[in-house]
Amino acid sequence: MNVLETHTRRVRDSGRKLLVPYVTGGLAGDWTDYLHAAADAGADVLEVGLPFSDPMLDGPAIQRASDAALARGATIDSILTDVSRLSLPVPVVAMTYANLVFRRGAEWFCAALRDAGFSGLIVPDVPVDEADELLAAATGLDLVLLVSPATTRERRREIAGRSGGYVYAVSLMGTTGARAALPASAGELARSVKAVTDLPVLLGFGVSSPATARAAVVEADGVIVGSTLMQQVLDGSSPGDVGVSLTGMRAALDGLDA
Amino acid sequence: MSSRTVERSRFGIYGGRFVPESLIPACEDVERAFTEAWHDPVFRDRLAEILSVYAGRPTPLTPALRLSAELGVTLLLKREDLAHTGSHKINNVLGQALLAQRMGKARLIAETGAGSHGVATATAGALLGMATTVFMGERDIERQQLNVFRMRTLGAEVIPVSTGSRTLKDACTEALRHWVTAVDDSHYCLGSVMGPHPYPWMVREFQRVIGDEARSQVTAVPDYVVACVGGGSNAAGTFAGFLDTSARLIGVEAEGGAAVTAGSDGILHGFRTRVLQDADGQIAEAHSIAPGLDYPGVGPEHAHFASTGQARYVTVGDTDVVAAVHRLARTEGIICALESAHAVAWLINAAASGEVPAGATVLLTLSGRGDKDMATLMELA
Ligand SMILES: Cc1ncc(COP(=O)(O)O)c(C=O)c1O
Repeated sequence: MNVLETHTRRVRDSGRKLLVPYVTGGLAGDWTDYLHAAADAGADVLEVGLPFSDPMLDGPAIQRASDAALARGATIDSILTDVSRLSLPVPVVAMTYANLVFRRGAEWFCAALRDAGFSGLIVPDVPVDEADELLAAATGLDLVLLVSPATTRERRREIAGRSGGYVYAVSLMGTTGARAALPASAGELARSVKAVTDLPVLLGFGVSSPATARAAVVEADGVIVGSTLMQQVLDGSSPGDVGVSLTGMRAALDGLDA
Repeated sequence: MSSRTVERSRFGIYGGRFVPESLIPACEDVERAFTEAWHDPVFRDRLAEILSVYAGRPTPLTPALRLSAELGVTLLLKREDLAHTGSHKINNVLGQALLAQRMGKARLIAETGAGSHGVATATAGALLGMATTVFMGERDIERQQLNVFRMRTLGAEVIPVSTGSRTLKDACTEALRHWVTAVDDSHYCLGSVMGPHPYPWMVREFQRVIGDEARSQVTAVPDYVVACVGGGSNAAGTFAGFLDTSARLIGVEAEGGAAVTAGSDGILHGFRTRVLQDADGQIAEAHSIAPGLDYPGVGPEHAHFASTGQARYVTVGDTDVVAAVHRLARTEGIICALESAHAVAWLINAAASGEVPAGATVLLTLSGRGDKDMATLMELA
């Protein structure tokens, strides 16, 4: 079993809910400080976005974060180099789009991730039907696959069977972005995925506050939090500020906020 | 009628379905519904009927006598500019709108560059009583105001897209994002032979009426078959009628949007194709005076044809295109769209250079009329 999945299973089995913050690579000069702050606030896994010019599944906050990073000159190489210099206490997963993965070849891309110390990969526009080439190239890395509320029962089984590290349950039919309340579809989705796999199942999309995080882990094993953090960074929040928000979500996941 | 309906999810290494999981069931639904409909004589008859009594098909094949004489060739124009709404886009849209109705959808979503596809979709929406939402880049809204007003007159909602290059690429990304939130009641009426499977195949089938008609209208197989290529739907539809002939197939791209000629393999908007991009895979902005060709990708079938040599792809620049609009207008009394003028411009150059030899017969698809481009041309006058 790969590093990521060993870790996520161990955390889940210990009874702890997983907190997985997302940070767009290269978003600011001090962007890796946000990773350290997130780890200090109790993150269990870190997702680093490799920005793409045309992020089909992202709402306004991550679109803007991606544009800002690219405008600052962020590249795959610069972000991987930044990450390779860090010593982080938790596994790091890359999140990006198919064109960046296949541009120089899936083999090249996965090797570059491994060399930079990543342990997993999420590519939302490579659905399970198109994943063979990437799965073959991703030895040593876990390829995290996504399920959505529209996914049929049969596909849920297939996706969970081929996913590594965790299953990313997309809580709603929509793009990434903060929402005031967790959508009704979220809990049911997490439950239906857990019924077909013993991989940890994490909910993402719309988890943006202690309350939504708490609601998510009624069914799920943890949460992925991105847009609300990226909005804070775009609005000028420091790593310390972002750490404070994550500490609030950590407490909610640990059941300490009631 | 349907013997040629072989499903194609890939064209060589190109095509596929690179979309988020949320869109997979929707794509599968469209694929299933189209496959059934295309084998259903009732659907085919209904579409043929509407294309005839509403959209004005078949469109004529016009011998361009004076321009032919000047160029020393025999030029035949397939007149998609005379189809209802003024371009070939109506062929695909009526097909998809009937399909959407058959699927029980109440609403159509579309992206548009030049506005031709948006106008066609708004038209089909009005005809069939379906709500229509069209995404259009802010830059294209500025340069195609006539079409924006036409869409609104037809009752469509036009949503400006302010991200990225604010052109067709961004309108398409935004339409896909929106479709994710609206799959239950909405059909994404994609405007060219691009996007995730089944769109490249389905749109080609809806557009093959251009090539099939032209094939039956010519008295002999032409030496050259020429069409402009943005996403590539008028070219794919035209080529479909001549693939099994000796005609040389020529797709003309805009110099600043030449995905086949100047791009490299990549994945954009749900399919693998040739794309304008940088070393990391960031998509480059296309630049063309013709908004409908201002796109950094191209339909997967064209990427495939280019790799096998079944068709040849060439480019022309803005200056030649504008000159071609004027030349065709003055020799034939036809003001064509800037997109279509790419095909005309290539022929003018190729006849002058001898690349197309004297006496050759050339079938050229005039994909649309130029009314929408008058503001652009007035600025240059
Ligand atoms: C008149 C006209 N021709 C051609 C095109 C390009 O599309 P395609 O390459 O799909 O035919 C457009 C697109 O908007 C158009 O409006």
